[in-house]
Amino acid sequence: MTGDPRFTIISLSYVAAALLFVFGLRRLSSPRTARSGNRLAAIGMLIALVATLLDRSILSYWEIGIGTVIGAAIGVYSARRVQMTAMPQMVALFNGAGGATAALVSIAEFLRATGHGESVGVGPAISGALGIAIGAISFTGSLVAFGKLQEILPGRPLLFPGRHAVNALLALGAIALGGWIALHDGAPGAVWALFGVALLLGILVVLPIGGGDMPVMISVLNSLTGVAAALTGIVLANQVLVVAGMLVGASGTLLTLLMSHAMNRPISNVMFGGFGAVSSSAAPGSAVVRPVRQTSAEDAAVAMAFANRVILIPGYGLAVAEAQRQVKELSSELERRGVDVKYAIHPVAGRMPGHMNVLLAEADIPYDQLLDMEQVNPEFDHTDIALVVGANDVVNPAARSDRGSPIYGMPILDADHAKNVIVLKRSMNPGFAGIDNELFYAPNTQMLFGDAKKSLTQLTDALKGV
Amino acid sequence: MSRELVLGIYVLILAAFVGFEVISRVPAVLHTPLMSATNAIHGIVMLGAMLVAGSADTPLLRAIGILAVALGAANVFGGFVVTDRMLEMFRKKEAPPAATDGKKPGEHR
Repeated sequence: MTGDPRFTIISLSYVAAALLFVFGLRRLSSPRTARSGNRLAAIGMLIALVATLLDRSILSYWEIGIGTVIGAAIGVYSARRVQMTAMPQMVALFNGAGGATAALVSIAEFLRATGHGESVGVGPAISGALGIAIGAISFTGSLVAFGKLQEILPGRPLLFPGRHAVNALLALGAIALGGWIALHDGAPGAVWALFGVALLLGILVVLPIGGGDMPVMISVLNSLTGVAAALTGIVLANQVLVVAGMLVGASGTLLTLLMSHAMNRPISNVMFGGFGAVSSSAAPGSAVVRPVRQTSAEDAAVAMAFANRVILIPGYGLAVAEAQRQVKELSSELERRGVDVKYAIHPVAGRMPGHMNVLLAEADIPYDQLLDMEQVNPEFDHTDIALVVGANDVVNPAARSDRGSPIYGMPILDADHAKNVIVLKRSMNPGFAGIDNELFYAPNTQMLFGDAKKSLTQLTDALKGV
Repeated sequence: MSRELVLGIYVLILAAFVGFEVISRVPAVLHTPLMSATNAIHGIVMLGAMLVAGSADTPLLRAIGILAVALGAANVFGGFVVTDRMLEMFRKKEAPPAATDGKKPGEHR
């Protein structure tokens, strides 16, 4: 170590920050300690950022001040205002911001070095080129993911002919530019070209991915940004960047695998498959109106009041309608009448794993009523009524039986095994993945159309009158 | 290869293993908050943006630096706040409704 006391303080602070990140992540693994884990990580971040201000290469502070104030204000404001239901989009946006930061920092390091006539070195140059490429892909990819979840862009996969060839060509171009940068010590022209190619690649890679696969995609992009941050750390020879970035890269990858496992879709299919494409091409032809059995809130309430066991299956429609509290009221009323009520939570209910649990926890629904898929599936055979609230693809029996279906093989909740199925649904529009659902036409299924919040309130009121 | 590069690669690999280990046993309930928290942590790259912005000696670098700091700050501050909001809901430990929770005798199993 050099004798510079500032350097010592910075280094020790970075070590402390890295430790806090690790302990924070550890505590995030259990519901009871999760909140303190997040705060530990935040404290680590604060320590690292403040210590960096001591760095002797920083000559002027107003740029940092302005940037921090603007960024923090926007970040905190949107984080406080965002609805719990829009959480996946929010994470995608923050992730995109991080990706862009990583790319810009690497670009700036190349520009600075060439401007000063310094040599970057081949190793750091490769790392920097990768950092730019991955950061830029993560940036535009996250923006597209945001657009799809926010429904600014269509949720269905957008496919264009020859897309694999175009993407492969762009990827090859990016690799060639990266090689050029490494050999020519960061030629600015090539650096900007690489940035541009990677931005385009990010858009083209995520556009063909259907809305149903978006949670997995956001997780992929999240870990990519982590890797980009780590690579940027190598360029800057900054170890805390490497540690924190790679922690995220690794944990994000693990999370991605868990998610794609839950959906039984190999990650390569998610990335290249164009999920839902089969049905979107078939959709115009199959627009024939098929008969469904409709029911009224009163009839459904009577059926539930005399049931022994009801399993509620909340889906994204419930989240959109913000009907968590109404669902809680309905289940309390059922329980008061001695009906056994459980909730079946599909691993990807909502739009991200665990999203539905967060939403239901918000409405004070006890944990022990929430059953995951493995626990609840054998129960449906002894269940009188499965009440599907705004869920669609996760109860689609085609996933078990129809080899031609794009969701074939995805583990689903066996709602169709219940004696009766009541589906609360806004209309007969297909779900997020754009696939028709046989369950809705089954003889033991009844549909109750309308906004989930309103239907649930009607059901509860009707139940009180039974 | 410079010693710093070798050191960087060591740290990279070891951090990857720590990342796998520390996360491996997370219940599905916490996946969304966890994704959000890790998302905030990679905002550490803001630190690199601060170094760029603070040492910029051309208008272009200054502009890139300010933009990068702003984006990084949005990632860090927004990320931690939004994660905290999600986790707030796990704080209150509620008692399950006592009587009706058990299995009903008779008809079903």
